[in-house]
Amino acid sequence: MVGALGARSIRQTFRRPQLISPIVVFPTLLLAIQTGGAGAGIELPGFPPVQSFLQFMLAGSMMQSMMLAGNSGGIAFAVDIEMGFTDRLFASPIPRFAIVLGRLAGTAALGLFASLWFLAIGLIFGAHIEGGVPGALLAIALITASAIAVGGIGAAIALRTGSASVVQGLFPLVLVVLFLSSAFFPQELMVEPAKTIAEYNPFSFIVEGVREPIISGIEAKQTLEAVAAIAGIILLGLGLSASALRHRLRTG
Amino acid sequence: MEAATETLRPAAVAPPAWRTNLATIAALMARARNELLRVPGAAIPGVLAPTIFFLGLNGVFGSLIHLPGFEAGSYESFIVPVSMLQGAGFTGAAAGVNLARDYEQGWVDRLLVSPAPRWVLLGGNVLAAAARAFIPATFVLAIGFLIGVRWPGIEGLIVCYLMVAAMAAAAACWGSMLALHYKSQSAAPLMQAGMMALVLLTPAYAPLALLQPWLEKIANVNPVTHVVEAARQGFVGGVTWADTWPGLLAVAGLLAVLGALALREMRRTNA
Repeated sequence: MVGALGARSIRQTFRRPQLISPIVVFPTLLLAIQTGGAGAGIELPGFPPVQSFLQFMLAGSMMQSMMLAGNSGGIAFAVDIEMGFTDRLFASPIPRFAIVLGRLAGTAALGLFASLWFLAIGLIFGAHIEGGVPGALLAIALITASAIAVGGIGAAIALRTGSASVVQGLFPLVLVVLFLSSAFFPQELMVEPAKTIAEYNPFSFIVEGVREPIISGIEAKQTLEAVAAIAGIILLGLGLSASALRHRLRTG
Repeated sequence: MEAATETLRPAAVAPPAWRTNLATIAALMARARNELLRVPGAAIPGVLAPTIFFLGLNGVFGSLIHLPGFEAGSYESFIVPVSMLQGAGFTGAAAGVNLARDYEQGWVDRLLVSPAPRWVLLGGNVLAAAARAFIPATFVLAIGFLIGVRWPGIEGLIVCYLMVAAMAAAAACWGSMLALHYKSQSAAPLMQAGMMALVLLTPAYAPLALLQPWLEKIANVNPVTHVVEAARQGFVGGVTWADTWPGLLAVAGLLAVLGALALREMRRTNA
């Protein structure tokens, strides 16, 4: 059942350009502009040794795309609620958690797609993956797991509000979270107060875990910190989803 | 007797065409203003996005100011006109989205059967966007002053707002062209992404000399580079005619080309 609902949500996303375009077009455009515009930043004292700014930026772009995938998944879930599809699922003899997990499976697939897309762009434009194939696989796995984590929060908001426009309105929040993390620049070189916030932002831990295999190689510390941050957000997302699901079933 | 009176009564004089056209443009602008007053929340995304970009870019890339060759007083002063122009781009694109919505709801069809010339209908939408662009620009600038953006002087402020209004008008022409071509709000990402690319494929983040070679080449041929530099001059130095006229020429060119394309789509609509 989870597989069928997941497959449906993937097909739904790829059939609707308004759902897939924010995941691909916007982060790719920003990657190009930021790489070209702020690329000279690698010459600043304190910038970690990297082959190019593109290599540094890949992790941030994957994060951005993955977070927008989570948001798109939430929008699609809210549209299902608005159109009554979810009510029909609630009335059918399937486990309730399968409805949420099916949506999250679709979001995870989008996260997988986002990581493959940006790794391909990086390789085409000459970025090296210093961790080799294991490093690339680790980055893909972390982004896919992060998509489940962020998708859980998107699903919780969709279930709680039942409104696609509310979930869509969270789009600026995605940008805020990214700008207040080390997604686009080393945290040590950021300007206050963004620098201090980025130090404690869990998304900074995730992005560093994804970046390390790309710019230097697999490091146990960064990987474990990223896994811990993802696990924390997954637990939060699932907890909020379960609470929102109960609320929806109670109030109708 | 009645017939004789009729012949003596002076015939009603129709107002000149230019006055009717101006009244139509004013009515369309008033409609856009009413939309804003009745649904104030609709303006929030257009204000929020450039503000987030301004604060975010400043926090993330602020230390670029320490690069040799970066000769602006502060990064926030360097980036604030870009965010104001970005707000203008989003506002113009939103005018296109609203036009697509009006088409879907049948309002455009009713306008098209009216005796108003097509350019008047387009002009109302475009001028409304130009006026509306002052809202995000002023909000971003106010935030900028709070965090230390340098006062650009009255001349610098006037040139910057002129560029913002003209850029919003050009973006509205772009958005209207796409709205009338696709006749659907689902073209919204194309309207927004097009304007975002046009504004950011310039020396938006750093001076021309510090851009990567590929972006420097694009920025050199992108007319919006002149618009950004004209809008920025008061914030990073003094206002000069040499930095102003290329910006004026660029916005005039953009308005002529995009306006002609939008008008062509409007003439084709339900022709």
